[in-house]
Amino acid sequence: MSAGSHYTPYHPRWYRRRVSVWWWLQSRSYTGFVLRELTSVFVAFFALILLGEVRALGQGPDAYARFLARLRSPLFVTLDALSLAFLLFHSITWFNLAPTAMVVRVRGKRVPGLVIAGANYAAWIVLSAAVAAIVLRG
Amino acid sequence: MPPTVTTVTLDVARYRPEQESEPTVQSYEVPFRKDWVVLDALNYVKDQLDGSLSFRWSCRMGVCGSCGMTVNGQPRLTCAAFLSAEPSGPIRVEPLRYFPVVRDLVVDITDFMRKLKKVKPWIVRNEEKPLAEGEYRQTPDQLDAYKQFSMCINCLLCYSACPIYGLEPSFIGPAAIALAQRYNMDSRDEGARERLQILSEHDGMWQCTFVGECTKACPKHVDPAGAIQQYKLTSAAHWFKTLLPWGMK
Repeated sequence: MSAGSHYTPYHPRWYRRRVSVWWWLQSRSYTGFVLRELTSVFVAFFALILLGEVRALGQGPDAYARFLARLRSPLFVTLDALSLAFLLFHSITWFNLAPTAMVVRVRGKRVPGLVIAGANYAAWIVLSAAVAAIVLRG
Repeated sequence: MPPTVTTVTLDVARYRPEQESEPTVQSYEVPFRKDWVVLDALNYVKDQLDGSLSFRWSCRMGVCGSCGMTVNGQPRLTCAAFLSAEPSGPIRVEPLRYFPVVRDLVVDITDFMRKLKKVKPWIVRNEEKPLAEGEYRQTPDQLDAYKQFSMCINCLLCYSACPIYGLEPSFIGPAAIALAQRYNMDSRDEGARERLQILSEHDGMWQCTFVGECTKACPKHVDPAGAIQQYKLTSAAHWFKTLLPWGMK
């Protein structure tokens, strides 16, 4: 290169593709992911119902009976059924992902994913059974 | 009787900035051979049909990480994507998603190179021990702790699979976090705290919402999604410890 020549920085004319708003419909796993994120709305809904129930309980038996009657309306039954479906979806997909996030080593060997997911499912079943036992006995 | 040569159509994304403002598709008929991968077909196009086609490649054996492209909508190493997987074709070959396209199938990876450097992917020591004391020794178990994450070849398929990176290009991304974790888990390294600070920033690990596609796309089974979630656990545990009165500050 001669002393008089200059280096000219080259900047390419990039092409950048915009991400479509419908990106989450491009593959099944993307859709599954977005649905799992959406389950948070239903988790919040369940929490609000529970808080409402506690509040009604605090206001006395009449208020509580009115609250329960409202919950029996078709709108709430539909919402509850939808929430249950979404929460089950959330729990199952989350437990299936647990082995990725949790690395447990026993004597230097990594515990297989199936065991970690299985332990999560087992804890879920045991806790659910315990809650069911308490609720159904009362 | 000469053997009948069957062919397969390759629909290749072309972008020639000097003559078009956005990519177009060009179709090529290439011989269909059972032992050919998409990269072989692209090289056939380059050698026999159209020398103007641009793409990156080097080793042809899944080691260099140069030939990553989008094959039929999926991020793949073209040296490992067999034509026989799609015998009836057409096979769509596009550049890696979410990266700016320089030309045809060539993308600009400057963004990743900058991010990679940010996580200090090297062994950080508070104090280097003198050469005379010899090497830093490691047991097979200690090696095993990080080996999986050290298999990364920087092919960027994980970035191309990650919708978060597409939507938030400032996200530091799967491979950079997995490589940070690779050094954190290394018994010879003392830089975990520095990296934690970098990765706890807004564009760090918490941008990840665990789509999990990076792990599925990784041709070297590095499991970047796992690395990120494990990092989040470490970070959360660290934060809780700082809350405790006797905890670390």
